[in-house]
Amino acid sequence: MSLFLVLGVFRMNNIGKKYFDLEYMDILARGRSPLHRLDPRAKLMTTLLFIITVVSFGKYTLLALIPFLMYPVFLVSAGGLPAGYFMKKILTVLPFVLLMGIFNPVIDRTIVARVGAVDISGGWVSFLSILLRFFLTASSALLLIALTGFNAVCGALTNLGVPKPFIVQLMFFYRYLFVLGDEAHGMDRARALRSSPAGMVRTKTFFSMTGHLLLRTFERAERIYRAMNCRGFDGRVPMLQPGRMSVRDFGFMAGWSFLFFAFRVYNVPLTLGEWLWGSLR
Amino acid sequence: MHMADALISPAVGATLWAASAGLIGYSSRKFKEEADDRKVPLMGVLAAFIFTVQMINFSIPATGSSGHLGGGMILAILLGPFSAFLAVASVLVVQALFFGDGGLLALGCNIFNLGFFPCFVAYPFVYRKIVRNHLTHGKIVAGSLAAAVIGLQLGAFGVVLETLFSGITELPFVTFVLLMQPIHLAIGIVEGLVTAAVVLFVFQARPEILYAVTRVEPIGAANMRTVLAGLLVATLISGGALSWFASSHPDGLEWAMLQTSGKEELESPLGLHASLESWQEKTAFLPDYGFKEAGVNVASEPLSGPSWPAVDAGTSVSGLMGGALTLLMTVCIGWGLRWRERTAA
Repeated sequence: MSLFLVLGVFRMNNIGKKYFDLEYMDILARGRSPLHRLDPRAKLMTTLLFIITVVSFGKYTLLALIPFLMYPVFLVSAGGLPAGYFMKKILTVLPFVLLMGIFNPVIDRTIVARVGAVDISGGWVSFLSILLRFFLTASSALLLIALTGFNAVCGALTNLGVPKPFIVQLMFFYRYLFVLGDEAHGMDRARALRSSPAGMVRTKTFFSMTGHLLLRTFERAERIYRAMNCRGFDGRVPMLQPGRMSVRDFGFMAGWSFLFFAFRVYNVPLTLGEWLWGSLR
Repeated sequence: MHMADALISPAVGATLWAASAGLIGYSSRKFKEEADDRKVPLMGVLAAFIFTVQMINFSIPATGSSGHLGGGMILAILLGPFSAFLAVASVLVVQALFFGDGGLLALGCNIFNLGFFPCFVAYPFVYRKIVRNHLTHGKIVAGSLAAAVIGLQLGAFGVVLETLFSGITELPFVTFVLLMQPIHLAIGIVEGLVTAAVVLFVFQARPEILYAVTRVEPIGAANMRTVLAGLLVATLISGGALSWFASSHPDGLEWAMLQTSGKEELESPLGLHASLESWQEKTAFLPDYGFKEAGVNVASEPLSGPSWPAVDAGTSVSGLMGGALTLLMTVCIGWGLRWRERTAA
């Protein structure tokens, strides 16, 4: 164990923040806008179609992707969601994409366009395209959960044929995430109160805490299992079947699918720009 | 090392979705066959444990970088491969949906990289081969360390291959491999040590959990063969069909449009130019297209005006203007909807 002692220090200060984040998404999902009331299947399918359409563009597509911003903007506005919160959330996962894409401008220096005296290389276009794609795909996935809630998405997945054991696992995991999070948060608070205010966790402390958290986890699992048995658990988890999809749900799906198709086929910004440029000259 | 939607092509995303979905189906069937109700809450709670521990970023000394636990190996050792695979997949689903870590299309890639390699390669072929059925301290440490390192190396290589086949980034293969593998070797060693420590702790405190997993039949060679054959078929079908579709439909179509419009343009000097230009400009910002446009623009020079000695000045400017206009419209629609929402509430 002495080897671990020299490995370094561990940081354990973002547990509370991250769990607050999870809870906040759940609170948002309890909203009452017309978008919240749509069938989860309709929202899930539309979001998947959106993502597939966005990534189906070539790597140098930039302009034609802009109209797709309409979907996340519509979801945020009509769903009454806090736009700034989602922007911040997306920015926290940006670094990996940034790291992977930043080589494009360095390597690909072919000039593809010129505005005034400024040359624009293919690398910059594809890099900006990656950033725009990232923003579109990441925001749509987050907004799906914020408008639907995790359990409803799980229900939609069951209807779409995802195997039951996996759904049960997803729901159990999500349910006990909060329970275990509270436990870990409490442990961390107790540790913080008894140690220096720096907020760093020493390696030895980290292992001891992790070990005890694991033991509590096992005990919790056994208690849950006994409680489930007392209530007649026989290995099956019954789930509520969602009703039929209404005309509104189909309308939402069909309307957006049509728009995605239109944006995929026609380069809307370019057509607009040509018209504007033409009338200005 | 979560793959993001923005970095993969639909063909790669769909292929790995098919592979991961197949593995989830297979693991679910195996889980049902095991018929151990006790595992239902244990899997859920252990996944929650891994999720919690993953939030603890540890710094790797002397490198200035930090890593977090994949946890796939711990789950495989404590739950067995099939249940562990389902648990890892569930963690990744929540990360994708709630934190935008990875993405929905890239979920297949992430489940494959972080679930398949530790659960179905490193666990049966490394950890179990080292530990066998005799649990000792030394064997547990050696097995966990080797399995975690190998699992993570394979996962990192998976990321490299997926990025390469998608072709969205310009990263050259060799540079990317040389970048990814050593970093993940360091992370793998740390992760292996943490895995070993956690497993040893369980071995001391609750040995029956580890013995219960070893009693369950390990994945036999025949079993793995079915899985791999299924995966191969799924990959070939979806990859083949989708890449054909992807290459012949959007890109191929655009290429064809480019070719035909380019030729027609040269034949008819000015009259049809305006209407054909709109076709041609649908593929604006394509690099090899820029050169073609330069040739064409000589003919249409008087049209675009002498003040723009540009490669395709008209396209660029109208493109910028159009882009700005579309953005403005989007923002206006958003504000309008929000205003309606507020006044209705």
